[in-house]
Amino acid sequence: MIATLVEARAYAAHRKDLTHRLKETLVERLDLDRHSDEIPDDCLLFGVGLGLDSVDALEILVAVESEFGIRVEDSDMQEIRSVNSIVDLVLSRQSPGENGR
Amino acid sequence: MRLLEGKSAVVTGASRGIGRSIALEYARQGAAVVLNASRASDALADTATAIRAVGGRCETVTGSVTDASTARALVGAALDAFGRLDILVNNAGITRDRPLTMLSESEFDEVLAVNLRGVYQCSREAVREMTRQRGGRIISVSSISALAGRPGQCGYAAAKAGIVGFTKSLAREVGRFNVLANALLVGVVDTGMSERMPPDLKAELRRVTPLGRVGRPDEVAGPCVFLGSDLSTFVTGTTINVSGGSYV
Repeated sequence: MIATLVEARAYAAHRKDLTHRLKETLVERLDLDRHSDEIPDDCLLFGVGLGLDSVDALEILVAVESEFGIRVEDSDMQEIRSVNSIVDLVLSRQSPGENGR
Repeated sequence: MRLLEGKSAVVTGASRGIGRSIALEYARQGAAVVLNASRASDALADTATAIRAVGGRCETVTGSVTDASTARALVGAALDAFGRLDILVNNAGITRDRPLTMLSESEFDEVLAVNLRGVYQCSREAVREMTRQRGGRIISVSSISALAGRPGQCGYAAAKAGIVGFTKSLAREVGRFNVLANALLVGVVDTGMSERMPPDLKAELRRVTPLGRVGRPDEVAGPCVFLGSDLSTFVTGTTINVSGGSYV
């Protein structure tokens, strides 16, 4: 739980860093024809968003596991839908105070 | 030249019959092997001993392939012991051969679970690692019953036909990660499972087989080595008929 302004700022900075890393990972792994800064945080990955397909889901899953050192469980698969939802998932798996690789 | 030198494999249903033969041949060809059987047994221990006797490396993991936890343990064992997973051989299978009207719902479900859901569970887990590695082989043991049908095998044939469709779809899904998926269409082979077949049916199968005999487990292991080796780097989404020509 965030209790102080300092902690809130640290959380925000950490989230921003994770979001940036995730976007860069997506661009690199999926060979996207756009810069990571052009991807909105709430961008949907499939269909109308980035236009990815179900085969890309496997690449995303493996990329997220490798980049952030977490295990994506079956029950987490519904979180693989947008940049924000994946960042939420990663944050929920990281231990308190974990702010980097 | 050993065809699987340096590779790491998981073989399900490895305690006897075709699975044991595949595991042994994989070890002879240089692969380190994780052996799976549904429960600990002398047969599983014998397979491990036989592999070590030829200088091979192996680990054993017991548990039903129908469980995700077993699939995860199998892949984990390969990574822990050998550092990677190159080949998954989905071999575990059961038969409950009887006419449809005598095939209970629970038996039907059991056949589907072991023969088809097991392939799903293990492949699903293996594909994650193989995608990471940017390469791997999924080899599933199907049956000519999948295409030809056979009286008394409504459940078994349905499961084995499911493997063929599963394999083709998987090949399309994961080809871009250099993960190749293929299946073997095995005919009647002299194993513990075929021993339970009625003698008259066995005789009839011999009669319709151009080679005039049932197969040996090592005759299935050979094509399985090919599919796991660097001799088959452009082969995916297909089946190899290993039936002595009984289905052509």
